[in-house]
Amino acid sequence: MSRVRVLVGTRKGAFVLSSDASRKTWQVDGPHFAGWEIYHLKGSPVNPDRIYASQSSSWFGQVLQRSDDGGQTWAAVGNQFVYEGEPGTHKWYDGSPHPWEFKRVWHLEPSLNDPDMIYAGVEDAALFASGDGGTTWNELPGLRTHKTAPEWAPGAGGMCLHTMLIDPSEPDRMYVAISSAGTFRTDDAGKTWRPINNGLKSNYIPDPDAYVGHCVHRIAMHPSRPNTLFMQKHWDVMRTDDGGENWREISGNLPTDFGFVVDINANEPDTVYVVPITSDSHHFVPDGKLRVYRSRTGGDDWEALTKGLPQENCYVNVLRDAMTVDTLDPSGIYFGTSGGQVYASADGGDSWNPIVRDLPAVLSVEVQTLK
Amino acid sequence: MPKNLQILAGVGRVVELEVKGQVTQRSVLDALEASHPALLGTLRDAQTKRRRPMIRFFACEEDLSDESVDAPLPGEVATGKEPLLIIGAIAGG
Repeated sequence: MSRVRVLVGTRKGAFVLSSDASRKTWQVDGPHFAGWEIYHLKGSPVNPDRIYASQSSSWFGQVLQRSDDGGQTWAAVGNQFVYEGEPGTHKWYDGSPHPWEFKRVWHLEPSLNDPDMIYAGVEDAALFASGDGGTTWNELPGLRTHKTAPEWAPGAGGMCLHTMLIDPSEPDRMYVAISSAGTFRTDDAGKTWRPINNGLKSNYIPDPDAYVGHCVHRIAMHPSRPNTLFMQKHWDVMRTDDGGENWREISGNLPTDFGFVVDINANEPDTVYVVPITSDSHHFVPDGKLRVYRSRTGGDDWEALTKGLPQENCYVNVLRDAMTVDTLDPSGIYFGTSGGQVYASADGGDSWNPIVRDLPAVLSVEVQTLK
Repeated sequence: MPKNLQILAGVGRVVELEVKGQVTQRSVLDALEASHPALLGTLRDAQTKRRRPMIRFFACEEDLSDESVDAPLPGEVATGKEPLLIIGAIAGG
């Protein structure tokens, strides 16, 4: 019988939440790495018992952990992330040149076909790869040395490479998103990259339709339709149907189009979820109501999903890596909040229940659908 | 050592080390990282070997954090009578 395992990264440790396919009763395991910030955990799609975790701290720097038994035991692997060659500079907040400095791993993306192969998106923005299960890491420098890179500047959360997508039909094609440089695509397995930001309009930068400089918060792909991507930008929810060559806005009737997460129902590639956040100056949900919005039409038309979610006195945020979907039918949807709640829906978003209510602030949520 | 690093390295509060040659911050940390590789990069940058800003080194009631990493540590530390204290700065919430 199928079951699910939800991997939760928080400000003060990692938690593993497990259930059978009913997704009604949950076993909560953790905290792992208590006291450390766990920006992301993700399992290998080839060997789901192999899970990688990014563990970091302002005191002690970056540690990478790996489990080979589904998160029961862990061992530290390699944590040396060294930019290739002379790192150069990017723009600082005041516009001055600032040397590229490694700070932490934001996002881990295991290969679709090799459990020893994994990518790491880091701050300051760059992409690293390991072919030996995380023991050693090498930069894919073509991204950081792109001709526009000296003009990249950090967003409020830092200049982070926070999202990576691998095209399952064409593995040499990969996408990354960087705050606040924008979205980039490679068609040669990471050797060369180019910005794909045509159609984005960002009124908070000097040139609203600039080639780079957009604060993309998240991009999502359905594996059956890899040329269609959905994006939650700083403001605006966007969609492309040609692999990022052109984007169009699909915010439609959302109460606000600011937010962080976007994800897609595993069984319905045109069913998309976002969690609108009031604004960039109010990083909490509007009107004290936690509402997921669902579009069944691939954007533009959105409905509020509220059943089981607090509809008064709620002022939480949902961060960019904190929503995920399982591949059961109906698809389960999960998200975690800055208030430490992890909510699950076992019916595609129609109704929600908290798996846990009182974790540390949630940074990331991933789910594994296990046979 | 700070509790979080004790757990990471799988050790208790006190780690006893055999240090070859002169006993300095550098030689102690080299020996510590060699015997407990999980600590690599957590006390000092793995490339530059610079102390992480919120790590401090105390011994014999003195703050040695900003001393040269190649300066000899007090004799009491070298002979094992006194510990070299590795402290996580009190900061944050």
